[in-house]
Amino acid sequence: MNKIVDFNAYPDAQGRFGNYGGSYVAETLMAPLAELTEAYLRLREDPEFIAELDHDLKHYVGRPSPIYHAERLSKHVGGARILLKREDLNHTGAHKINNTVGQALVAKRMGKPRIIAETGAGQHGVASATVAARLGLKCVVYMGAVDIERQKINVYRMKLLGADVVPVTSGSKTLKDALNEAMRDWVTNVADTFYIIGTVAGPHPYPLMVRDFNAIVGREARAQMLEQYGRLPDVLTACVGGGSNAIGLFHAFLNDADVRIVGAEAAGEGIATGHHAASLAAGRPGVLHGNRTYVLCDDNGQITETHSVSAGLDYPGVGPEHAFLKDANRAEYVGVTDDEALKAFHLLARTEGILAALESSHAVAQAMKLARDMPKDGIVLCNLSGRGDKDVHTIAAREGVDV
Amino acid sequence: MSRIDRRFAALKMAGRTGLIPFVTAGDPSPEHMVVLMHALVDAGADIIELGVPFSDPMADGPVIQHASERAIAKGIGLAQVLAWVTAFRERDTDTPIVLMGYLNPVEIHGYVRFASEAAKAGVDGVLLVDCPLEEAAVLQPLRDAGLQQILLAAPTTAPARMAQLCGSAEGFLYYVSFAGITGAAQLNTADIAARVAEIRRQSKAPVAVGFGIRDATSARAIAEFADAVVIGSALVDRLDGATSAEDITARTHAFLAPIRAALDVH
Repeated sequence: MNKIVDFNAYPDAQGRFGNYGGSYVAETLMAPLAELTEAYLRLREDPEFIAELDHDLKHYVGRPSPIYHAERLSKHVGGARILLKREDLNHTGAHKINNTVGQALVAKRMGKPRIIAETGAGQHGVASATVAARLGLKCVVYMGAVDIERQKINVYRMKLLGADVVPVTSGSKTLKDALNEAMRDWVTNVADTFYIIGTVAGPHPYPLMVRDFNAIVGREARAQMLEQYGRLPDVLTACVGGGSNAIGLFHAFLNDADVRIVGAEAAGEGIATGHHAASLAAGRPGVLHGNRTYVLCDDNGQITETHSVSAGLDYPGVGPEHAFLKDANRAEYVGVTDDEALKAFHLLARTEGILAALESSHAVAQAMKLARDMPKDGIVLCNLSGRGDKDVHTIAAREGVDV
Repeated sequence: MSRIDRRFAALKMAGRTGLIPFVTAGDPSPEHMVVLMHALVDAGADIIELGVPFSDPMADGPVIQHASERAIAKGIGLAQVLAWVTAFRERDTDTPIVLMGYLNPVEIHGYVRFASEAAKAGVDGVLLVDCPLEEAAVLQPLRDAGLQQILLAAPTTAPARMAQLCGSAEGFLYYVSFAGITGAAQLNTADIAARVAEIRRQSKAPVAVGFGIRDATSARAIAEFADAVVIGSALVDRLDGATSAEDITARTHAFLAPIRAALDVH
């Protein structure tokens, strides 16, 4: 890069990351967003709030999560060492809980008795239902009818936790439509409802707040690297749908100019086929779900339907901070296909005894590609953002196995 | 003076309340869209709100969502909407047209290109639901081309912000009658009247009230204090399924005539 950018300086007071971000919402939501922004900016500096969050992350979520040297996987690939940041070991099985624990505490401080959430793969829905149960809050989760079908286990988990799961049948019946429906709920019930957005998208302050709550991943990983390896990794990689686990890992390293950063988007059946969800690699700047970012849309500005084997990456937008990092050339974003992700899933299972989420398997596939071309003393740090138990039915069905 | 300003001035002179029907462009029938627009005027519309279909209409209820989905399935986009406005203007150069929709179609079309094409077609204003005042800098090319940005005010709008909206209002200010999505019905007339009075103390701009108005009775109640009423979902619902020009025209008249009559009762 030509000039030094302080990546900690973003977003600005309007929630902008350079040209991206902002608050593109209906007038009715401007007041609740302002109220939330005010509350959150106060709480993020509040020692009592920080102490409560730290306590919950340690004793309820089970942090810190380890970084694990996947030796047999690395050896199989040949090349650099692959380290996995084990977010799959968190309570509820993914990084999503980092954010929902944080936002639920904000909701509690703001006196909101009802929380709503949208979910794609169901991980964020489960993480939201979990914290709602723990704090005694009512919880409604919006989920696309298509996703409900392919993530039945997580739907049932949410119900066991006491949440109402509302099927969304508009549009493409996936994550983007669930987000629309949650926004419609929020606009109707603003007085008593807190909307827990599950990724670093949406209007300000969500991209900031969700990033802050997930940034624990990168802060821990950076300290663990220095403590255990005496150095930073050469390259970071993580999967990018909305981009919350990726920004969580990346953020603490953004000002470490020597650390290369690569985001793995869902290339589905291949970017050339049009059946993918690679907003950064194949999209263009636009406005969706309250922020300006890269989107997948046609020449009429209609958001296009996406495809990925993993429901959690099946989203036609991406968090605005990723759009900013792409344009600033601080991070690269590349596509990983369904087949590559599935191969990585199986290889990780067989070499390391870890069933990764299909989302995270995209990151593992990208880590393998990167490690292959690097010297043996190099280090690739990959965010293993979630565990794969939820996906075994999808994988079995895809491979013609009856379970 | 813009076409919208002239229309409100004329309404005020005549002591009438404006009627602003909303239809989704391309629904129920792309072939008869211009027929529908003229039918709206013949049945008493003072301003036409033309919805630009968008795939992710976050502020809309099921009726308008589905109308958008039907229009998109028929390939309707911004260029086609502007072509209909151009065709409408061949016979009607007086009735103001406001395009209502979401920002992404305009962003992708290009702000400068949209501004010049829309002005040339005969569009008078835009109401972009997800472009609040804070983000409206991108709309400068539209203002330069003479298109008025219709701003929304809502029950949740705080006093300081209301003052800001009132100061920036052009054409008319659209007051959203309740916190919710289009087509829901939970009108509290006293609350709405109080908020409209608050707007009037701070702004000379006419006030149109929309969301939740569905028939002559609700329109009449709002007309007690508003300069215009906006009716969308109930009309879109009534038109759903009409295929012939005759049917579209008949349904439009049957729906709007009683509302027009109720508004004109003194």
